[in-house]
Amino acid sequence: MPDTRPSEGPVELVQLLTPEGERVHHPDYELDLSDAEYRALFRDLALTRRVDLEATALQRQGELGLWAGCLGQEAAQVGSGRAMTPDDFAFPTYREHGVALTRGVDPLSLLGLFRGVSNGGWDPFERNFALYTIVIGNQCLHAVGYAMGVQMEAARAGEAEHSSAVVAYFGDGASSQGDVNESFIWASVFNAPVVFFCQNNQWAISEPLEKQTRIPLYRRAHGFGFHGVRVDGNDVLAVLAVTKRHLQQAREGAGPTLIEAFTYRMGAHTTSDDPTRYRLAADLEAWKLKDPIERMRSFLWKNQLADQDFFDSLDEESEALAVRLREGCRALPDPDPLEIFDHVYAEPHALVAEERAAYASYLASFEAEPGVPA
Amino acid sequence: MKTAETLTMAKALNLALRRCLEADDKTLIMGEDVGKLGGVFRVTDALQKDFGEHRVIDTPLAESAILGTAIGLAMRGFRPIVEIQFDGFVYPAYDQIVSQLAKMHARSRGQVPLPIVVRIPYGGGIGAVEHHSESPEAYFAHTAGLRVVTPSHPVDAYWMLRQAVACNDPVIFFEPKRRYWDKAEVDESLEPTTPLFAGRVARPGTDLTIACYGPMVRTCLEAAAAAEAEGRNLEVLDLRSLSPLDVDLVCASVERTGRLVVVHEAPVWLGVGAEIAARVQERCFYSLQAPVLRVGGFHAPYPPSRIEEHYLPDLDRILDAVDRATEH
Repeated sequence: MPDTRPSEGPVELVQLLTPEGERVHHPDYELDLSDAEYRALFRDLALTRRVDLEATALQRQGELGLWAGCLGQEAAQVGSGRAMTPDDFAFPTYREHGVALTRGVDPLSLLGLFRGVSNGGWDPFERNFALYTIVIGNQCLHAVGYAMGVQMEAARAGEAEHSSAVVAYFGDGASSQGDVNESFIWASVFNAPVVFFCQNNQWAISEPLEKQTRIPLYRRAHGFGFHGVRVDGNDVLAVLAVTKRHLQQAREGAGPTLIEAFTYRMGAHTTSDDPTRYRLAADLEAWKLKDPIERMRSFLWKNQLADQDFFDSLDEESEALAVRLREGCRALPDPDPLEIFDHVYAEPHALVAEERAAYASYLASFEAEPGVPA
Repeated sequence: MKTAETLTMAKALNLALRRCLEADDKTLIMGEDVGKLGGVFRVTDALQKDFGEHRVIDTPLAESAILGTAIGLAMRGFRPIVEIQFDGFVYPAYDQIVSQLAKMHARSRGQVPLPIVVRIPYGGGIGAVEHHSESPEAYFAHTAGLRVVTPSHPVDAYWMLRQAVACNDPVIFFEPKRRYWDKAEVDESLEPTTPLFAGRVARPGTDLTIACYGPMVRTCLEAAAAAEAEGRNLEVLDLRSLSPLDVDLVCASVERTGRLVVVHEAPVWLGVGAEIAARVQERCFYSLQAPVLRVGGFHAPYPPSRIEEHYLPDLDRILDAVDRATEH
């Protein structure tokens, strides 16, 4: 059968840092950072990886029920996270631990969901970082709605520029979801200030990219009426530059962009997954050579942007963070059973009140029983 | 200023929406064809003209996105009032409603209230084609985090919609489409004494209680009038709210009459009537002189409209149940 797939020339990949750590340039995306800013990005990457490794270990030790790791995706997350201003708003999936870190969300608060002591864990408005969304793709519509709100405020105030822009995170698997496609349509039709940030990590649990798409994902944007770009998702500098630019365009009223961060899920989908059943070890070995942290480390070394003291003290900081997570996680208390009934509604609800009272009384009956430990 | 006028339910809803848009510039109307057309039932008639395209928004044809973006807008501080064009078209939005809208307040421990009203014209009796006559209220009443209400006449339609928009929880607002053209005098100066989430006695009676809501209230009142001619004095309760459900009202009535028939268009199986029957036998077992009976739709897809009168409860089926409950 003939291949009828559309051909639009070679697939482009925006890169500012090669896997070997060589700084290269791109005509559309420039980035001029100070030495300290380069080091700060490396610190974010390293801390993200340490958080991820620690959480994975905590799951293995039985302290977490599950963990969805971001190993290998640190650059995509840190680069896009650091591209945002405090006024921008991020709508994550359940894997954006690096983005959370850059937004200033305490990594410890990410653990509650996976430990089973919370269904959320942080105040979304404190750092403009929405709660993790597990149902694949749902959050992209929330992101567009939020962006439409930002846009309406600007329109009412007679301002051409928007006070903030929004980042909608999703993955290659989610790109097949109706909600994601609807969010593209809405963002395009309303010209909403949103950047769709797709971390294409090549795998939706066991399903490879070919199960989701027959064209490079960034090219889908074209059909929806906006610009798409593929960036090397393991290159923190390129991700930062590309995301910064398109967020700024969104703030200026230029509408949405789709950024496809081309990366690789180096670990399992979650701690419950076994990737050896569906992918080759050789693939992982090939991607290890493109590790986002190692290329940044070699860039810093080669250009003498950081010295051994920097790396040593970062190691110490990472270890201290890991210790804090470990101890903090173990100390996360189980919620009081009656918290089941809290916040179901914003206003009083007769049925919830009735069930709460009945269950409280049932629990109290055990306490009253002599000889039964509370 | 004239405060009272005779309005159809559709016009009463329209007036309520107008008042909501006037009162709070954070309120928005979103839906398919709600702008220039004024909605397929004209409930949003002229609102876009008067309030602009930023307040009354014609959306792309995607129900999940209507709900999903309304959630995002609410997170930005807006109060969206969204319209789902017909009952049978709400299912693409069901995921956003159940997975996100209903749960967000709880999972954020109260940090993210979502004051969104979802208006859905529902029910049959207008000779419509497939997917335009359904009664999916139980799906929503079953979901914690949602509130579900339904008015039965123009006065309630006006006030209940205004109260729903003022509520800080998501409210699924079912509009009985076959009653859109029923008329009544709506007096805007007469603040309602009944809270939004309470039912009311639509017709006091002594011999048997009929609990119903939405489109069935008029039908049940007609049945009660017919029964009166036969010497039976039926009490009719308009439940108005399905979540929360005014169980106190039903039980107080059953304690007086000893008999209960629940009527709704939705299928009887696992419907609102099933919950009412269970609650009533728990709470007033010794007041009951007969089993609680239910009259409603069948465990079958909504039929073609030429035979829908066989599916929908009518006077005869209601009075047949009344007979059976009385003879017990």
